[in-house]
Amino acid sequence: MINRDELLRTIEKNSRIGIDELAVILGAEEVEVANELKSLEEEGVICGYHTMIDWSKTSIDKVMALIEVKVTPQRGIGFDSIAERIYKYPEVTSVYLLSGGFDLMVILEGKTLKEVAGFVTNKLSPLDTVLSCSTHFILQKYKDHGTILTKKYEDTREKITP
Amino acid sequence: MRNPLADTIVDIKPSGIRKFFDVVKTIDGAISLGVGEPDFDTPWHIRDEGIYSLEKGRTFYTSNSGLMELKEEVCNYLKRKHNLDYDPASQVLVTVGGSEAIDLAFRAMINPGDEVLIPQPSYVSYEPCAILAGAKPVIIELKEENEFRLTAEEILEHVTDRTKILVLPFPNNPTGAIMERKDLESIAEVIKEKDIFVLSDEIYSELTYTDKHVSITEIPGMYERTILINGFSKAYAMTGWRLGYACGPKEILEQMTKIHQYAIMCAPTTSQYAAVEALKNGDEDVAMMREQYNQRRRYLLNEFREMRLPCFEPFGAFYIFPSIKRFGMSSDEFATKLLQEEKLAVVPGTAFGDCGEGFIRISYAYSLEDLKKAVERLKRFISRYE
Repeated sequence: MINRDELLRTIEKNSRIGIDELAVILGAEEVEVANELKSLEEEGVICGYHTMIDWSKTSIDKVMALIEVKVTPQRGIGFDSIAERIYKYPEVTSVYLLSGGFDLMVILEGKTLKEVAGFVTNKLSPLDTVLSCSTHFILQKYKDHGTILTKKYEDTREKITP
Repeated sequence: MRNPLADTIVDIKPSGIRKFFDVVKTIDGAISLGVGEPDFDTPWHIRDEGIYSLEKGRTFYTSNSGLMELKEEVCNYLKRKHNLDYDPASQVLVTVGGSEAIDLAFRAMINPGDEVLIPQPSYVSYEPCAILAGAKPVIIELKEENEFRLTAEEILEHVTDRTKILVLPFPNNPTGAIMERKDLESIAEVIKEKDIFVLSDEIYSELTYTDKHVSITEIPGMYERTILINGFSKAYAMTGWRLGYACGPKEILEQMTKIHQYAIMCAPTTSQYAAVEALKNGDEDVAMMREQYNQRRRYLLNEFREMRLPCFEPFGAFYIFPSIKRFGMSSDEFATKLLQEEKLAVVPGTAFGDCGEGFIRISYAYSLEDLKKAVERLKRFISRYE
């Protein structure tokens, strides 16, 4: 029997791992792993296989911003329709509905500060239901998706111990 | 000048591991599967409690036997895991690692000439500590065909009128062997009949990969005659904090505490505060680490099968103990050549007793990526000596 949670935890950390290796480390048959992955994809539990890239180490410039958005919910559909209007912009990488002082957290990726500013001024703010936007530019990513970006693991143990 | 040294200690041979360690240090770029401690950092919330305790100025001695809060948590833990009832005030002693507890138990219980049964291969401390306490160590050579478990017959073959203590080192370093309930029940009969005490070193109790670890103290009639030793090093990745504990019958713990009081005073205070947090909120961390170890264990077993490196499936600790007999080399030669030719360090089985000859200890307290690099080297080496 394959442990679904363990499978998910494992590929969440390393989506490149092959089915053969997954079978070995999970103690399952390859066909079981393949079938389970297929069902997880079909059920929408697995939504994609992405690569984490630290763009700051490349020659490509990227600017990221978190935007706190206050909106007026609409009768019958609540926040869904406004969220959809916002997430359809390709420069928007994430949209979350939050509890607390504001409603939507929008994460945005642009090439330059100007581009991000332009998006907020020309596209986001003018939406009817948007009451206010508060934009925060990301200065440094220390940790993302559970991975520490600023330091590499170093094995400082003695090489041989009883 | 007179000889400044005591014969007892001079006569004890230095640890086989130490010798190997000195060689490894001289080899540049060596990678190792020779480590006997977790690769994980101590979970942050546990370290955080240690740091807070320093900030709050908790920098004094604790009571000799340890912080009451910690002893209570130890008792809660043993109740939760093994349904054992210990009194925190009189049956628990917090020590500087499980190692200190081993030493104390021998010193509190041994009279000159008493015999201690020590199954080997096993951790390097039992034999020297027994000798230093004035005991005569009697080695039981565990057998590969029994998956290195201890059997009642083996005890009977070695027991004499002078036998006082049996060391029970399971889950085992270096073999990864475990003792299941049925195994423990069968040796318990002999132990009771021969009126022996047990020093049960259960430091790897959290790291078993099939069923949950069973403590011999759970077997009827064994609680009264067992010193249970455990600690924080392996389960919570806290080796450097040096913290362990012993639980057992009040009259034995009282004497162990006396030695501890005069030799050590108390275990490190910072570590004790951190350990309270580990026991209260560390279960999930342990489960996460166990899952990782188990994946690595399966990975290595599969690789060894493909290399045709024979080994029984170990269900505990984080070691695999493959046989290298078919290469016509001693363990020491094998490990030395592997180190020289492939810059890969493993520990020869003989470091854990003479009967470890023909085996090497491979630790999987390494990330899968590191294990893969090491396996490449091992494969290359083995294919040369087929």
